[in-house]
Amino acid sequence: MSDAVLDKTSARDESTFDKGYLGAGHTLRSWLFTTDHKRIAILYTLTLTVFFFVGGIAIALVRIELVTPAQDFVSADEYNRLFTLHGIVMVWFFLVPSIPATFGNFLLPLMLGSRDLAFPRLNLFSWYLTVIGGAFTIYVLLAGGVDTGWTFYTPYSSIYSNSHVIAAATAVFVAGFGTIATGINFIVTIHTMRAPGLTWFRLPLFVWSMYTVSIVIVLATPVLAMTLTLMMAERFLGVPIFNASEGGDPLLFQHLFWFYSHPAVYIMILPAMGVVSEVIPCFARRRLFGYDFMVYALAAISLIGFFVWGHHMFVSGQSPYANLVFSFLSFIVAVPSAIKVFNWTATLYGGQISYEAPMLYAFGFVGLFTIGGLTGLFLASIPIDVQATDTYFVVAHFHYVMVGGTVSAFFAALHFWWPKITGRMYPETWARFAAVLMFFGFNFTFFPQFIMGWAGMPRRYGSYPPEFQVYHVLSSAGAAVLAIAYLLPFAYMIWSLRWGQRAPGNPWQATGLEWQTPSPPPKHNFDRVPTVEHGPYDYHHEGYVDQKEEIAGSMQTAQTDGDQE
Amino acid sequence: MTAARVAPVESSALREPWKDIVRQRQAVELGMWAFLASELLFFSGLFAGYTIYRSLYPQAFWEAGAETDLWYGGINTAILLVSSAVMAVVPRAARWPELGLFARTMLWLAALLGMAFLVLKGFEYREDFRQHLWPGPDFKLRIEGAELFFAFYWILTSIHAVHLIIGIALVTRLAIAGARDPEWFAETPAVRATALYWGLVDIIWTVVFVVIYLPGRGG
Repeated sequence: MSDAVLDKTSARDESTFDKGYLGAGHTLRSWLFTTDHKRIAILYTLTLTVFFFVGGIAIALVRIELVTPAQDFVSADEYNRLFTLHGIVMVWFFLVPSIPATFGNFLLPLMLGSRDLAFPRLNLFSWYLTVIGGAFTIYVLLAGGVDTGWTFYTPYSSIYSNSHVIAAATAVFVAGFGTIATGINFIVTIHTMRAPGLTWFRLPLFVWSMYTVSIVIVLATPVLAMTLTLMMAERFLGVPIFNASEGGDPLLFQHLFWFYSHPAVYIMILPAMGVVSEVIPCFARRRLFGYDFMVYALAAISLIGFFVWGHHMFVSGQSPYANLVFSFLSFIVAVPSAIKVFNWTATLYGGQISYEAPMLYAFGFVGLFTIGGLTGLFLASIPIDVQATDTYFVVAHFHYVMVGGTVSAFFAALHFWWPKITGRMYPETWARFAAVLMFFGFNFTFFPQFIMGWAGMPRRYGSYPPEFQVYHVLSSAGAAVLAIAYLLPFAYMIWSLRWGQRAPGNPWQATGLEWQTPSPPPKHNFDRVPTVEHGPYDYHHEGYVDQKEEIAGSMQTAQTDGDQE
Repeated sequence: MTAARVAPVESSALREPWKDIVRQRQAVELGMWAFLASELLFFSGLFAGYTIYRSLYPQAFWEAGAETDLWYGGINTAILLVSSAVMAVVPRAARWPELGLFARTMLWLAALLGMAFLVLKGFEYREDFRQHLWPGPDFKLRIEGAELFFAFYWILTSIHAVHLIIGIALVTRLAIAGARDPEWFAETPAVRATALYWGLVDIIWTVVFVVIYLPGRGG
């Protein structure tokens, strides 16, 4: 393969779809029955993109409604269904599977130096489960929606709601098992398929993030499945579980639900942390600061993350002692997150920083995640939470973490690995513009929500007192900017598939096994099984180094690796 | 006996992306253990709910537990424990070609025991309906909390039954495929994975038996 040559005549060149794994078949069958982890990653990416836009359209309608204080664009009932759809789709059909199912699927075997995931057919099955779950969601959408909020709180969901609760819960249930299967696949792959010499503490942090997130997925998701099963049993079969009039306890549902749904936040953010830990060292030309502590921090977050769920229920009337413990643990879980933020910034210190689009997105992640995390500490503090519960302050907080954090990292990953996945470079200027626009649009949308939330604007209302209008108008205008910032990559990435510059095997001079194979990788990933001699992030130890010297050095290392096989 | 053990270099049970059947077997086993961990958390949601309600309504759970049929529950527990013992010999026996037929017979026996369990469970359900033990307006017991007990009775036992049906399907599939290709049967990691799954389904049942059938007895 001659991919290493960066040619300027790519439009007339052989199509990127004829190269590597992309050229292994062009029929629909070759995609729908593939067991190649790279192709399944593409299937996931296409599926999740569709759902990202479905969830996006739902919230666009919500934001239009909120421009004026009166309930005038959609009815209150439609409003409930719109924000519920937005929540369900974005949480379970975008954020939870987002980075693991796409980049994790594509990169994990490449980063480990293996030919595929441990269970390729199970991997395809996971995708089908996600699609079946997605089909239920589309059915809910077409049949008229569901109005319970994404949290499905009982007894409203199980007894009173007149919407498509069963279908929506089934969608989440089925997709959840798809996620569990992916998690099992990743755990086994990381345990059993590492290349010779790739010891645990030589793994890239992205792999560590996939490992920890898989454990959280495997242990948390089944609890959600059971919780939804119990809710559906009460609704469908009429057996009392959470119904207070039969002696049941509606709070039990909330405990079980948040036992999953708080770790779910970490399911969304851990992979994002993994992505950023790859991008920042590469564009700072600097070894990652405090590798060991980054690993321990991932482990600590995923462990402590299981024991903080009660902070969603401070005002539910649960015991004040439980509140104390949950508050304390919620503060504690911020410590490893802070370690990570400090280590990313310390990695930059003395680095030779360049501002390619992935780096801009990664910077966006660090800043927005920090704001999201710090406001999380506000909410972990009981007196402040009592004031802020169910206000836009909470909405702004978790959007800073999930959208500012995870979605920024998703776009960082998309740009960083796009050359590897497609064999084409994206247009750098447009990408930088989109990255800056996304950061701006994001803050434009969500910062006003902190202010109005603090002033008492409750969430989930389609009409509101006129004094909040200025913030809502700001927020809706920001959402329009954000929408453009999301559509831009959609356009120029598709453009790049045909007209983008041909990508070499390692366009960023990055370390990591995935860069040692051609772009796009061949079907079997590596022509020879790579051997690993040293830890990840083998950039410069001290910081500044002449770029040419660095490139020459890394090429030499690659050559030495090749010789030793 | 050990000398007769087959260890072909090119095993028919080898699947992509593995190059080594031993490694593949380790991977499948690890995957199954991870799945079982997931299953335990799945059931633990139910058991947590049961525990909370039992501590809220100890008297109701005591009285409601006495309404279950200890005969059906006890015989079914015995059936599943025997099936576990039968299943326990399969992974080892399957590795020796001379014992392949024996192993497959044991698989059929386990599947039959599983089906016997389901048949008895069906009779028990019919009896429960006759006695108005389905929570609702004409529920047999009046004490608050008894309906909660039976809500958990129905959900626990039916979800367990679903797992058992899947187990029977897996075991039957293994027995049929193994008879078609004895060489594959001797090597495939599916044997041990299926046996592990069967073990979990039985272990879950022993807990169900204790929390559902034993309250309200003796004392």
